Parts: sequence; structure tokens; C-alpha cells
Amino acid sequence: MERIHRRIAVSQRAPGPRGRNIVPYILVAPLAAVFLLFLVAPLVLTVVVSFWDYSEYELIPRFTLQNYRDVFSGCLAQLPDLCVAFKVYWSTLKLCLAAWSLTLLIGFGVAYFLRFHVRSAVAQVVLLLLCTIPFWTSNVIRTMSLVPLLGRNGLLNEGLLGLGLVRQPQDWLLFSGFSVVTAFVHLYTLYMIVPIYNSMKRIEQGILEASHDAGAGEWQTLIGVVIPLCRSGIAIGSIFVLTAVMGDFVTVGMMGGQQISSIGKVIEVEMSYLHLPAAAANSVVLLGTVLLLVLGLARAADVRKEL
Amino acid sequence: MEAARRKRKVLEKIGNGLTRRAFLKGIGSLTGLAAGGAPIRGFPAVVSRELIVLRYASTAVTQHRRIADQVEEDLGIRLQYIPLTSDDVVKTAVTQPNRFDILEPEIWMVRKIVPSGNLQGMDARRIREADNVTPVFTRGEINGKKIGDQGTAPVKVIYLADKSSKTFTRTPTRWMSLIPSVFNADTLGIRPDLIGRPIRHWRELLNPEFRGRAAILNIPSIGIMDAAMVVESMGSHTYADKGNMTRAEIDLTMRVLTEAKKAGQFRVFWKEFNESVNLMASGEVVIQSMWSPAVTKVRSMGIPCIYQPLKEGYRAWGSGISFSSALSGRKLDAAYDFINWYLSGWAGAFLGRQGYYPAVPTTARKYMDAYEWDYWMAGKPAARDIHAPDGTILEKTGAVRDGGSFEERMGATACWNAVMDENRYLVRKWNEFIAA
Repeated sequence: MERIHRRIAVSQRAPGPRGRNIVPYILVAPLAAVFLLFLVAPLVLTVVVSFWDYSEYELIPRFTLQNYRDVFSGCLAQLPDLCVAFKVYWSTLKLCLAAWSLTLLIGFGVAYFLRFHVRSAVAQVVLLLLCTIPFWTSNVIRTMSLVPLLGRNGLLNEGLLGLGLVRQPQDWLLFSGFSVVTAFVHLYTLYMIVPIYNSMKRIEQGILEASHDAGAGEWQTLIGVVIPLCRSGIAIGSIFVLTAVMGDFVTVGMMGGQQISSIGKVIEVEMSYLHLPAAAANSVVLLGTVLLLVLGLARAADVRKEL
Repeated sequence: MEAARRKRKVLEKIGNGLTRRAFLKGIGSLTGLAAGGAPIRGFPAVVSRELIVLRYASTAVTQHRRIADQVEEDLGIRLQYIPLTSDDVVKTAVTQPNRFDILEPEIWMVRKIVPSGNLQGMDARRIREADNVTPVFTRGEINGKKIGDQGTAPVKVIYLADKSSKTFTRTPTRWMSLIPSVFNADTLGIRPDLIGRPIRHWRELLNPEFRGRAAILNIPSIGIMDAAMVVESMGSHTYADKGNMTRAEIDLTMRVLTEAKKAGQFRVFWKEFNESVNLMASGEVVIQSMWSPAVTKVRSMGIPCIYQPLKEGYRAWGSGISFSSALSGRKLDAAYDFINWYLSGWAGAFLGRQGYYPAVPTTARKYMDAYEWDYWMAGKPAARDIHAPDGTILEKTGAVRDGGSFEERMGATACWNAVMDENRYLVRKWNEFIAA
């Protein structure tokens, strides 16, 4: 009898340590393979190629640091003047800061309104979906459609002239830093709205009531309660916006009249001339910068809480 | 009527006439039944001649539906167009040679592609009109008069030492790197109504009078040549070769451009054909580097625009058709058939009506009406309204083509679109310029 019992006990025991470990690995394998093949492998290749030499028509697999030297050429010698790399990064960072602060402000505002001023949950969802409608068309088309709006003979200028607010068409509206940032805000605000709304949704009503009962006004509640509780949503939205803007070359090109530099654009020009190792070196530097940025943001808020 | 009859005759000579066409149609439907039109083998010899498909890679601008249709009708060869951006033409040719059978690169591109060994020399002996290809390409002259050969002039790259050579030779040989398809000479486009005075020199592009209303191309290798035309026009430097500058010359030219950029001279750097059209049509820009068909397009919108001939001459460009080194056997034969058809006139006339110059003007002439030839090639006033191939009116009776006749215009070539030996340095300097 006892033996039988023991046998049952053995067979009913959870799978041994080996069995327990294999199943999740198998489950995760397909995704891991996809990542290995389409993310890790290309990245490794990029890093490898960035140390290669090249001519006009071929890559020469010979180790060299020249590509990195070219990226940072004159950065020490030219001080206090900025070298190309620093100028480009400075210009990119400025765009990032402007786009990030505006999308954050607008995105937070919209999310706040949706969460706390729209009463019915159904209406909240419907309104949030409305925000996504512009995303049914492509980024490029939405960017291009700003051109006739902001141009010298565009809608806005004609309006301003018609109202007598300006005497001459305003050139700074298009092909300028202004138009680039406008396009970014137009393109990326939703990426802020959704994660922030998502974290606001998790704030319990009781906490807000407690804040109210303790005598805090709406502003005080906002600053002392809502914003700290939305930190992870803000961090996620910021990561979306910042990484998108850091690597952008299409929007900067189209809206900046190809006259505003960004690191993505530098890479694009090099790619177009098949100077792949130079482009790879620039990409590696860009990747490093973006990773630092993301790390910083991840430290500022517990992003995992949202996932 | 006469033209049509002549056309049919020529076509019968080239292809095997209509019977073959009908025949191929039959097979087409048969092969269609096989999975995805895969070639059927093992059929009786007569039926097994499946439709030959040639993959034709080039920029979309040169891929005309009507040419492909005509080729299929006349030769029973299907051109399968692979549209690429200008940048991707070189990239594809160098890195993915198996994607195409026929490539139509710009002339300067072959300097980068031929050394990769991905193109094969085209045998002039198999090309009927090889001797009649315009001397602009084969000898660098027009009517016996030498034209500017700075930059990647076609005469420098059209001949290969032998069939699989990776280097060029300036002495004519049997092997050609490409057969010219279209070419033309570029200059500045202007809005005469918004400028209100004659423009005669390249230096006007950087004239502070047009601050914020000028534009150049955002293609470093071409943009810098336009800038070089400006620098020479200002009299500050004379280049030994505008298409192959020394580092010091690149520095000097970029300095001029950078100063202009900082002063706000440029409204925009354009990259796409349609962009240049919109900029000009909207009045966003009044003077800019431009391409001839873009000027035509602005004019056809009813907006005054001139492709202004300038005293210092033109920056010429051209494209050509070349063969992948992987092309062989029946496909290679078909490719030669296609080239012979291409040079036999119909295509030349079709392209000529859009403002391009054809490779073999003598055959193109046979397919153009006299008044068309007079307007497009001879520089005479239009005897009748000039229509584009799609039927829209391009010019009214009495109009004269900007820059005059073919000889006048191509004869005033100063340099050719190019890729420089110092290209690596140029690209770095260009990025610096954009960042300035």
C-alpha cells in the first residue's frame, strides 16, 4: 500500500527541475529567434562594419578607426568652435527638447482632460480613439500636408495678411525649426497621450478624494498626487518621442527644407553615397546616445510598473 | 499615314511581326495557367518559347509605361520595371546585382558600378545603330566641335577595355559600358514675372537680391557643381575640373555656399522632381537649379517659368542602358533585341517629345513630325501647338525652345554631372555645410 502511495506521490509531483525549465524556453524561443535574427544580428553587423574601410563601390574588411575619427574630426582641435558632430547633436537635441516639452505639455493636458473631466468611461474611450484618427494616414502625408498650410502663399500667411496682422508673408513659418517642431508635435503627441492616460487610469479615486479631503485644491492635487503617480507613463511617452526624434531624417528634411541638420540626416547622406562604414559609425554613436537617454529616463521612473 | 506605314515596316524588321505577337499571346495565357506563370519546360520546341521577361531597374522618371507596352507589342519582350530612387540605383547595382537584367544608371554612376564588376560590356557589333550614337557620347563633340568634358563626361566612361573589364578606356573599343538613353543640359530655372529683369549669369543664384527665394539641389555631388558654376561666374576661382575638385577647391566652394546659407540665401534644398515644381509654381522660390521637364511642368500649369540659358554654359547629364554581368543566353539576346529596338527611333521620338535628347537623333527624327523636330531639336519656332505624349499642350504655336537648338544647347556644355575622386571628403564637407 505504502509503495503504491509513494508511486502516486512521485507521479503527481510537479515536473522535475529540468522539465520545469525547458517549457518556458521553448515558449520564448520563437520571439527570441526573431530578435536574434532581426535585431541583434543587424546590430552586431553594424558595429562590425563601422570598423571597416570602404571605397566608392565596396566595403573593405580591414580594421580601422578612421570612421570614428571622421565622426569626431576636429572636435578637440576646433574648440571653442563646435565640430560637425557636436553641432549636429546640438541641433538634434534642440529639436528633441522642443518636441518633447511640447508633446508632454499637450499630451498631459489632453490625457488629464480625458481622465478627470470627461465623466463617462465610454466617452473617454471614444474620445481617445478620436485622437488616433490622424494616424490612419501615413506620417509622410501628414507632414507634407503642413507645407501648403505654412508656406509663403499658404493658408496661414494669407490669413495673417488678410487680417492685417502682418504686412509681409512670414518666411519663418515654413522650412524652419518652427515648422520641424510643429510637424513633430503633430506626429508624436499621441505617443504621449496614451501612456499618460493609461497611468492616470490607474490612479484610484480614493487617493484623489483623500487629497481633496485633506484640503488640497485641483492644482495641489495635480502637482502633489497626479504627476508623481503618472511618472512611469510620462517616462514611456518620453522614450517614444525622444527616440523617434533623435533618429528622424524624413521630417527634419521635409519641413526643414533640408537645411537643418540632424544626426539621422547625416547618416542618410552617407548611406546615399554608399559610405556604409561611415554611416555605421555614426549609427553606433547615435545608438549609444539614445541608450544613455533611455537609461536616464528609466532611472527617473519605474517603467516596468506600466508593463 | 506615311509615318505609320514606315513604322510598321521597321517594326516587322525588328520583331518578327504581328504573327509572333499573336502567337505569344496564346502562350501567355497558357503559361498563366501554370503556377504563377512559372516557365513550363518539356513542351514541344515550337510552344516552349515563353515570354521573355527583362527586369529593368532605374529611377521611376525613366520608366515609361508606353515604352514597355510598345516593346512587348513589337518584340514580345516584357520589361518588368523596378523603380528605385536615384541613390538606390547605385546601391542596388553594387550590392544586389541579381535583382536586375538591365540597369539604367546615370552616366556618373557607372564610375562607381563598373569597378564592382556587376556590368558587362555591350558588344557594339551586335548593336545596329552603334555608329550613329550621337558624337556627344562617343567623341565628346558636336558637329566636329569639342564640348566641355569636365566631370564624368560620357566620353570618359562609355568604352571598356574588354567585355568584363573593370576599367574605362578613352579610345573607342568594341565594348561599351552603356548605351545612352536620354541626356540634356541643366541650367537655372527662373520666374521671370517675379524677378522682372534679365538673368544672364550663374552668379545670380547667390545674388542677395534673391535672399530667401533661391534653392539648390540637395544632392552633394550635383549641388557643389552648381556652386562651382557660381564661383567661376563670380570670377573668384577657375577650376581645372569642376567635376573632380581638389580638397582645397572643395573647401573653397563649400565656404561660398556656407556663407550664402548663413545669410539666408536658400529657401530650401530640394531633392525631388515634384518638390522643385511646387516650389517654383507656388512662388516660394524664384531662382533655382532645376531640370528641364520640371520647367515644362510649371509652364503647363500656366505659370511663367524659364529654363534660363546662362553665359557660362550648362551642366549636362545623361543616362544610359547597361547590362548586368549575369545576363546570358536567350535573355542576353533579348536584351540586344531591346537595345536595337530602343535605338531604332520610336523610343527616341517618344522621349524627345518630353524634352530629352535621344541617343540616335537620326532615327528618332523618322518618328517625329517635321514641326516637332523643328521645335525640339532644331530650335525653330513651333509651327503648331506642341503636345506632350499624353496629349497636354506644352507650348503654343510660335514658341521657341529655351536655349535654342540641340547643337547650340549641348554645344554650350561646361561640365557633366560627376562623382569626384575626393567624394568621401565631399560628403563629410556637405554634412558640415548642412550643420552650419
